[in-house]
Amino acid sequence: MEQVIFWILAIGTVASSVAVIVPPMGRNPVHGALSLVVAFFFLAGLYVMLVAHLVAVLQVLIYAGAIVVLFLFVIMLLNIQSEDLGHPRPTISKLIGVIAVGFVSIVLIGFILKDKGMAEPPVGLPSDSTFGTVKTVGNLLYTSYIVPFELTSILLLVAVIGAVIMAKRRL
Amino acid sequence: MLDSQIEYIPVLIMLAICSAAIGGMLTLNFLLGPKRKNAIKNAPFESGEKQIHSPKRRFSVKFYLVGIFFIVFDIEAVFLFPWATLYRQWLRDPAFAWVAFGEMFLFLGILSLGLVYVWRRGALEWD
Amino acid sequence: MLELILLSVAKVMGIVMVFVMAVAALLTWIERKQSALIQNRVGPNRASVAGLRLGGIFHLAADAVKMLTKEDFDPETDNPLMFRLAPFLAVVPVMLLFAVIPFGPGEHFLISNVGVGALFILAVSSLGVYGSTIGAWASNNNFAMLGSIRTTAQMISYEVSMGLNLVGIFMIYESVNLQDIVIEQGSLIWGWLPAWGIVLQPLAFILFMTASIAETKRAPFDLPEGESEIVGYFVEFSSMRFGLLALSEFIGIVAVGATAAVLFLGGWQIPWVQGTGGWLTVAQVGAMILKTLFVVWLQMAIRWTLPRFRYDQLMRLGWQYLLPLSLLNIFITGVVLMFVEQGRI
Repeated sequence: MEQVIFWILAIGTVASSVAVIVPPMGRNPVHGALSLVVAFFFLAGLYVMLVAHLVAVLQVLIYAGAIVVLFLFVIMLLNIQSEDLGHPRPTISKLIGVIAVGFVSIVLIGFILKDKGMAEPPVGLPSDSTFGTVKTVGNLLYTSYIVPFELTSILLLVAVIGAVIMAKRRL
Repeated sequence: MLDSQIEYIPVLIMLAICSAAIGGMLTLNFLLGPKRKNAIKNAPFESGEKQIHSPKRRFSVKFYLVGIFFIVFDIEAVFLFPWATLYRQWLRDPAFAWVAFGEMFLFLGILSLGLVYVWRRGALEWD
Repeated sequence: MLELILLSVAKVMGIVMVFVMAVAALLTWIERKQSALIQNRVGPNRASVAGLRLGGIFHLAADAVKMLTKEDFDPETDNPLMFRLAPFLAVVPVMLLFAVIPFGPGEHFLISNVGVGALFILAVSSLGVYGSTIGAWASNNNFAMLGSIRTTAQMISYEVSMGLNLVGIFMIYESVNLQDIVIEQGSLIWGWLPAWGIVLQPLAFILFMTASIAETKRAPFDLPEGESEIVGYFVEFSSMRFGLLALSEFIGIVAVGATAAVLFLGGWQIPWVQGTGGWLTVAQVGAMILKTLFVVWLQMAIRWTLPRFRYDQLMRLGWQYLLPLSLLNIFITGVVLMFVEQGRI
């Protein structure tokens, strides 16, 4: 049962991620953005399979609901037409990209086949029923990881200031 | 599977039923409605005028700023949620109460600086 | 497993297809009738069955028939797929909101008791923006495009405050699960005051209602469809496709009603009545429905009382008033809770 659900989610994630950049969907930036939303949903499903409930819901809230909205916004604001992009033509960087992806895939497949990692999951489901819940994550985040948490606020502050400086005509 | 994971199955069922209901309504409409197409009917409705320029044009960069602020403050809210559920529990421990209070309001304080900066720069004004 | 699936299907049918759809359909008539009463008009009164008019209530059936028998034509567009997808993207998220709303005590009146309840509501409602945005973008129309940009900017501006307003509720009830929040609201403060969200978080309730009405794109926040200026993001949609976009708005009203009832008005709790079971459960489900309808009525009354904002006023309200006030509310809640836990109040 779990294996079946995992394979559905995994194949869905990979397929919708590929659809973001590969035609026919990837040819149009808006279609690409929607494929990305679908990919985030499958990812959220994978997080639920990992009993990471908070991460799963934040995946939808932040990525599918906020970041892709910004992507979509920027796509609409810039409005790059397919004429502007020109005909797809082979470039050096695309070739390097294909080689890199191929290399990484071969290495990963090699590791999986060597370890026979698919036959049995290394650890079972967590026996602790509070695992992955909002409170458990919070307990870790605000005690053990308090410094990275406070530094996040600095990061967000820099993001706000940077956005204003880039976008404002007169300062 | 754990009970907490099984709770998501009804959500999936609901997704399927709702999509099917909408699809059903649209199909029924397709079957019942007339189909008389012509070029003028299919032209974009612009109050009787011909379309002068394409709607696919560039918009003000201000909307982009709104999008960025949205993401930043949404992430801020996300960091508040786990803290909010634990806050009272921590307050009951006198040694930890001020830490629980201080860490979040330091975080919020730094982000409020961002809000003040944006405000003073006039990026929230829509003129 | 089969039992779970059948039970879920029954619950979804009962809650969404019967209760929510019935209320949303009634709202199409109530909206027009109430606006007519407020503006001293007669309102819809033509449709009749066997000579009975009943204040034109049959208009909702007449509307449904009309929507179904109109032509569903596509405008000239480069993206017919996106155009056809838009009604799904608009309606499915608002319907999914009801998955986590507890309509009564126990597990029988709740479709799915996911642990992250309220965050699920925020996450799903943040997806509501795609329907109108993508639909308008795909219709290849200048008015629709203006509506689309306005919708997106408005919805994301108010979504932030909506999330921040719930933080106070989470702080007080120490949970994000909606059923837990409702159970906590059953207790009494000082032995007589119900510990409802509206009592403990009055500022958050006002801010939440403001943000939610802006999220449902209704007056005074109906700039995305300001009919006297830009027609609306759905200008190219005809027949049932338009009907579904309009329906998504009415379902959104019911969803806001149910969410506000659960978070701020005590959900299915009847004040000063403890315990559940038997007829009391029936009464509690009735209380939840009444509270939902009350908030729905509140939104209707606001809709027909206030005039539309200007765009700069809308943005200023969202970013310069709601957002700082939401942060202030969290701060005040934090300070007050500190005194409460130290036993000084």
